[in-house]
Amino acid sequence: MVEVVLWASLRRLADDRESVEVDAETVKDVLKGLVEQYPALRPHLLDRGVSVSVDGQMVISGWNEKISANSEVVLLQRIKGG
Amino acid sequence: MALDDAFEAREFKVVGTRPIRPDGIDKVTGRARFGADASASGMLHGAILRSPHPHARITSIDTSRAESHPSVKAIVTRDDFAKELSGEDWNVLENVMAGERVLYDGHAVAAIAATSVLAAKEALALIDVVYDPLPFVTDVDEAMRPDAPVVREGVADESVPEGMNPNVVRYHENGHGDVDIGFAKADLVIEKTFKTEAAHQGYIEPHACLAQLGADGNGELWCCTQGHFVAARICARLLGIDASQLRVTASEIGGGFGGKTTVFIEPVALALSRKSNRPVKIVMSREEVFRATGPTSSASMDVKIGMRKDGRITAAEGEFRLQGGAFPNAPMEFAAMAAFAPYDLEHVRSRGWDVLCNRPKQAAYRAPGSPMGAFAVESVIDELCNKLGLDPIEVRIQNGSKEGSRAAFGPRFKRIGLIETLEAARAHPHYRAPLKPGQGRGLSCGFWFNHSGETSVTLSLSYDGTVSLAVGTPDIGGSRASMCQMAAEELGIPFDRVRTTIADTGSLGYNDVSHGSRVTYASGLATIKAARDTIQKCCARAAEEWGIDPEAVVWEDGCARPSGHNAGDFEPMSLAEIAANMGDTGGPISGHFEATPTGAGVSFATHIVDAEVDRETGAAKVTRYTVVQDAGKAIHPSYVEGQFQGGAVQGIGWALNEEYVYGDDGRLQNAGFLDYRIPVASDLPFIDTVIVEVPNPGHPYGVRGVGETSICPPLAAIANAVSNAAGVRMTHLPMSPPRLLKAMQEAGIG
Repeated sequence: MVEVVLWASLRRLADDRESVEVDAETVKDVLKGLVEQYPALRPHLLDRGVSVSVDGQMVISGWNEKISANSEVVLLQRIKGG
Repeated sequence: MALDDAFEAREFKVVGTRPIRPDGIDKVTGRARFGADASASGMLHGAILRSPHPHARITSIDTSRAESHPSVKAIVTRDDFAKELSGEDWNVLENVMAGERVLYDGHAVAAIAATSVLAAKEALALIDVVYDPLPFVTDVDEAMRPDAPVVREGVADESVPEGMNPNVVRYHENGHGDVDIGFAKADLVIEKTFKTEAAHQGYIEPHACLAQLGADGNGELWCCTQGHFVAARICARLLGIDASQLRVTASEIGGGFGGKTTVFIEPVALALSRKSNRPVKIVMSREEVFRATGPTSSASMDVKIGMRKDGRITAAEGEFRLQGGAFPNAPMEFAAMAAFAPYDLEHVRSRGWDVLCNRPKQAAYRAPGSPMGAFAVESVIDELCNKLGLDPIEVRIQNGSKEGSRAAFGPRFKRIGLIETLEAARAHPHYRAPLKPGQGRGLSCGFWFNHSGETSVTLSLSYDGTVSLAVGTPDIGGSRASMCQMAAEELGIPFDRVRTTIADTGSLGYNDVSHGSRVTYASGLATIKAARDTIQKCCARAAEEWGIDPEAVVWEDGCARPSGHNAGDFEPMSLAEIAANMGDTGGPISGHFEATPTGAGVSFATHIVDAEVDRETGAAKVTRYTVVQDAGKAIHPSYVEGQFQGGAVQGIGWALNEEYVYGDDGRLQNAGFLDYRIPVASDLPFIDTVIVEVPNPGHPYGVRGVGETSICPPLAAIANAVSNAAGVRMTHLPMSPPRLLKAMQEAGIG
């Protein structure tokens, strides 16, 4: 199981939990697992998209990025730039 | 991050040198072709009718008089674009051509293609539009009030708490710890409200394009853009055609800074071309650029920070309210996430609000959101340092984020270089130089995430041993030189043996926009990988020629060589020799790379500014400026320094003079460079630069993006310098002479 940290305003859609445990080996597993547990997260996680920080590395588009059980996984707003 | 993307220390031969930029001669001789330089046989000229109202219902559009004009060949309105769009596609289309309502002064209503520019503009007056004016709002704080006019209903997403005005469309919150506990531990707590006004990117080249689209759906588009692949994708959706049927070529670009990451006129030109069956060219006037393209957001912010007497920050909290025009996606989350990123805080909380106003749809501008947030946070830190008698660099070093620090936005940082920039700033002669009477010094740190994005590169050998490198990211800052350097470094050949071109959308795989400071990182990484792919193929050719195993061949100094005595005794085979025979040894040799890299490294900067204030007029002038920034590894140091200086210059304009001014009628009052004052050379001091190189662990050479971080600290650093010179805390940007004079008078100074 991987512990996924949610940003504060996302927690309202996940029973006010700061982090959620999901069974995941990849970034895609993380997103799917979160939506299965909390369907209200779907619009933000799957429709509009997010970035995921894995051990401090920002995965902006990389659903197949590998995650280990002791990885630090943090959801972030989708990073863009100018 | 794939293993072979990881940073590996090495000695460089080409990377880190300063060769002359390959596009330089074209640009100084006028040979370079920008957006407006294209033409085609039978070409028509397009012009766009724009709303004179900040908010109105379109009751009717009658084009019959314009259609009877002898030079008019096509007229388009919203009916000529795709239906059933949703989400951001709908937002872009609604911005490109209004539907039922106009949402800001300058919003496009209809467009004409005619045989001359003059005729097209003349015929615009023959389109009869009946408007029903509606209440409007152009200020972010006013737009949040319960009784404010509603820009658009039903836009808010699920993040917005109930009971807000419908103009509030997104909410973001991040942070950790308990700020109340943290503030209770502080010896001094300062809370202030700040405002920044909307600023335009100020690119010198207005938007321009030449479009050709047949009734069969096949089209060609030439345009000045930061991302022609994305332009193709968006235009195809807005026109209802297949993306692969539209080939888009990026012209040279006269500046973008984020403002050319979307489309404005391109779908209109394509729609006119489809209707007229002729090529159509549209070139925006400067007034149109101001009224109808995307400036950055304006912001209203509250920041509260607690500090102990020894300089340790005990808690920090911020509210960041950004308006992004009449459409969602003002970068409030990035303001909230980036504002406290330079500091390792136990208790921190940031909230962001995305608010609609009757203004043009905001577009990205270098590190969107971060400069405003840094202005508010770094101003409060400056005031805390002043009141507690602390050195601003020492306080920042004491509190600064480092490897392992938990960022205010959540993750723990990998290797970063903030402390190194602060130490370099402390060691710089500027920091200890005496100030003249009436001058003040300001300091600020800044942070940006940096981006990666989809990236494709092809590297091809020519028979003469020269190399053609095709990338899909428009060159907005000298990237062709950097790509040539990285390819030459890997291949072991001179810089001038490589030519980099920006391939059109029909010639290369998909590429994300040149934004997010991603090009030198992502296209650079792809170039390195494509070069390594090429080397592998060259080694295989040599192995076959020598009759040995490919694994027994190594690549050194531009040649294939046996890996040791056991591999055989063969003369090295150069790239040129392998290329000369490639047709007979297996065919053309090309290396490729396609991926979305995931190792973009974040970046920090520290700026030092001296400023002086004329107490009679309120005019502020920057007298000395030093930029210190972590580049990871500077591929071409001159262009890195140029990015540093460019960010500082744009920051000086934003801090001192640039702002969108709206009248009581809701219309933009200063749509031109005469009244919207960007800095010119005589306004600027020499901007000194210090490149810090703390390698990004996610790039083979350690590269970090540098294009955006340089605009994060200037607003705060300049505001701190001016505030310290004037003797009054400036909380509203720009610090134009009237605003600064008023602040000094209200404080009894002057």
